[in-house]
Amino acid sequence: MSEVRRLTLPLSREVAATLRAGEACTLTGPLFTLRDAGHVRLLGELHGQGSLPYGLAGQAIFYAGPTPPAAGRPFGAVGPTTASRMDFAAPELHRAGIVATVGKGRRSQAVRQACIDTGSVYFAAVGGAAAFLAKCVESSDTIGYDDLGTEALRRIVVRDFPVFVGIDTQGRDVYDARC
Amino acid sequence: MDIVTKEQVAAAVEAAIPQLACVLPADVRAGLEAARAGEDAPRGRVVLEQLCENARIAEEDRVPLCQDTGTVWASLEIGPDVCVRGDVFADVDAAVARAYGAARLRRSVVRDALFDRTNTNDNTPAFCDIHPVDEPGAARLHVMLKGGGSDNASRVVMLPPGAGRAGVVEEVVRCVREKGANACPPLVVGVGVGATFDKVAGLAKRALMRPVGEPARDGRTRAFEEDLLAAVNATGVGPGGLGGAYTALAVHVATAPCHIAALPVAVNMGCSATRRVTIDLSRPEGGSHV
Repeated sequence: MSEVRRLTLPLSREVAATLRAGEACTLTGPLFTLRDAGHVRLLGELHGQGSLPYGLAGQAIFYAGPTPPAAGRPFGAVGPTTASRMDFAAPELHRAGIVATVGKGRRSQAVRQACIDTGSVYFAAVGGAAAFLAKCVESSDTIGYDDLGTEALRRIVVRDFPVFVGIDTQGRDVYDARC
Repeated sequence: MDIVTKEQVAAAVEAAIPQLACVLPADVRAGLEAARAGEDAPRGRVVLEQLCENARIAEEDRVPLCQDTGTVWASLEIGPDVCVRGDVFADVDAAVARAYGAARLRRSVVRDALFDRTNTNDNTPAFCDIHPVDEPGAARLHVMLKGGGSDNASRVVMLPPGAGRAGVVEEVVRCVREKGANACPPLVVGVGVGATFDKVAGLAKRALMRPVGEPARDGRTRAFEEDLLAAVNATGVGPGGLGGAYTALAVHVATAPCHIAALPVAVNMGCSATRRVTIDLSRPEGGSHV
């Protein structure tokens, strides 16, 4: 790739607005891992209290369920799971303050529209590169839903975590447009 | 007469799991490396570089290739003169639980798909089946760690016979276009054609066992696989679904007889970390290929 954008998390809406689908980037800073079962719980809490819990406002969700610690790292392997399974929750979470999501694969039209409406982005990471990506994880703390095992809500800190912009704030989609 | 015991099966499964989780089968790795050398699309090349580097790290550091360390599929093929007891898989779940704990793999199984989605916390149960084959002395055990993303991208379609060969190609390409990006390409695509609604998916899955790079024995199948691979790669879905020439490393087809009214088609996606092994239980040391 010609050039890799180095992005710092949490991602500001101003920086998000400058991203273009297909761009190669690296992420450095906090990500919050959450997947299927956790999204059902998070929506429940959001509906109950009217705002995002666990300090998630302004943050980025990484759709992932890691393996246990190994090789001196917080996870032996961690990589993106299929993002479309979280499409049922993503538009509402973007409206509540989630600025970015990280996963793999195509998203729904509703998610694309939510990215446009809220100035949010979807990043695509490489599925199946989880041993490689685990080397970019510096720390991990479970902050909710511990009983869900691998599906718990974790705050992790990543460094130079490689992604592509999947959907940008104008709704351009790397999986469609061949940007 | 040869006898396959439950202890033999469980021991083979237990030994296979950590190896499969951490070491990419040589045929798939060779396929990825060839793709990396041949891919021209910039994003596709980055993806393939990450996947090749990933295989190296996983093997050297003995960590899982993918966080999705799968469900365990164990399938026993036995010849007409080989004897098994009805409880031949009885010790497999205990072996799976031990292996997933010891190798620090992810537990990805819930108790019931609909009524109780609590994690079983030991990756059991395994999914096991047994197949009689017409080969005297055969005692083969297939073990696969099957990821959820690639299985979700799979499908069964009952075509009308008039759809013919072109209909099958169209269905496979449609599946790749719609779902391939979710299945972690470059893919190994298993295609089953024939049998019945319930059996055709098994054909597709078993087709994934054949090593990448090994042509089908039957000439018609071989030609059809070449056509399918060209059609799949012409989609441009590419590595990681991010564009490129290498959407699939291989398409493997298995066909069977079927009803005069039927043309069952199944597509079982294998991801870029298609993790499976065939263990020959008829040999004392349990030699293996793939």
